[in-house]
Amino acid sequence: MSFTSEKRNICLAGLLIGIIAIALVFFGNPVNMGFCIACFLRDISGAIGLHRAAAVQYIRPEIIGLVLGSMILALAKGEFKVRGGSSPVTRFTLGAFVMIGCLMFLGCPFRMILRLAGGDGNAIFGLVGFAAGILCGVFFLNRGYSLKRSYQLTQAEGFLLPGAMVGLLVLLALAPSFIFFTEAGGGPGALHAALAVSLIAGLAVGALSQRTRLCMVGGIRDMVLFKENKLLLGFIAIFVAALIGNLIMGNFTPGFAGQPVAHTDGLWNALGMLLAGFGCVLLGGCPLRQLILTGEGNTDSAVAVLGLIVGAAFAHNFGLASSGEGPTANGKIAVIIGIIIVTVIACANTFGKKEN
Amino acid sequence: MNKLDARGLSCPEPVIMIQKAMSGQEASYEMLVDNSTAKENVTRYAEHQGYSVEVQTQGGDYLLVMKK
Repeated sequence: MSFTSEKRNICLAGLLIGIIAIALVFFGNPVNMGFCIACFLRDISGAIGLHRAAAVQYIRPEIIGLVLGSMILALAKGEFKVRGGSSPVTRFTLGAFVMIGCLMFLGCPFRMILRLAGGDGNAIFGLVGFAAGILCGVFFLNRGYSLKRSYQLTQAEGFLLPGAMVGLLVLLALAPSFIFFTEAGGGPGALHAALAVSLIAGLAVGALSQRTRLCMVGGIRDMVLFKENKLLLGFIAIFVAALIGNLIMGNFTPGFAGQPVAHTDGLWNALGMLLAGFGCVLLGGCPLRQLILTGEGNTDSAVAVLGLIVGAAFAHNFGLASSGEGPTANGKIAVIIGIIIVTVIACANTFGKKEN
Repeated sequence: MNKLDARGLSCPEPVIMIQKAMSGQEASYEMLVDNSTAKENVTRYAEHQGYSVEVQTQGGDYLLVMKK
């Protein structure tokens, strides 16, 4: 694949993904939330009762589609390789704190782009913090940070989390009484496109992201590390398509106050995304990328996804997640603790290594 | 040290590895990687640095032979 076609492909994929995200809002998802990996994993965490925040409980088919779309394409292209064993507990911990950072800001890096494209000025603070967090991660990468190598594992190990996604899809379709769903009008969890629409959108974006290696954190990271703009082009293409889409749909409302599922505390928007960006660089990719890699049989990413889900449960059980009213005191403490712990993890895996 | 083993490492680590090695300005490098993302990214980086890259498949791994 030549550079030009590689870059053209990621631009086209980014534009398509931006359009799909806008279409999902049209079909019922919350505004500026066509996709949000953090929010959707949080909703799933609530649906299976890991937290009891009644406003955010739903099994989001987009997540299921992302993992399965990636898996189908990886299998077809011979890229499904089951690997794991690269510091799993560290990855779980990083995943949990990335989620806590995302829920301080109210969105993953993907939703940050969609919020920017919707005119949400608060996301500018998020972007600044996100870039700062990535720079923190790059600082350690340049000094030898590594979670050590992964190893080949059994096929069954790689199919376990994608299999669980199929299980979630069954639970969504059957809707047994022990699964929690936000009641109509009860919050963002009640706002969603029809199951089939969400699932197909997830499958499509999963397949596109698998092919192009799209990663929100990789865009800025690779520019800083290697002056390589491929992934950043994908990031920009999503923004452009979503911006145009929002303008056409009348969902572009520039400003700070009263933005959908957002708050106006600039400092904590920035610090939340700093934690998310920092943690994601140490994980090797944004939450979207972790889902895609899970579909490719990467069980280290699967562990990070489990960390994200559990982090969301902590965030709502302990009152760490922000709301439209703003951040909580507990959330601020958790983000500070998160930044400290992520820094310790970065130092330990950069400077504390024994040569073997 | 022109032979590098980046198997099991996920991006960006293999690219950082080749970046550091290439600061030595050697005429040729060989790197073993085990996933196609690393193969693509290392190839792209090496080509940017003016190396021609030949990819050989070795079982489930890729051997990247880079020459200036």
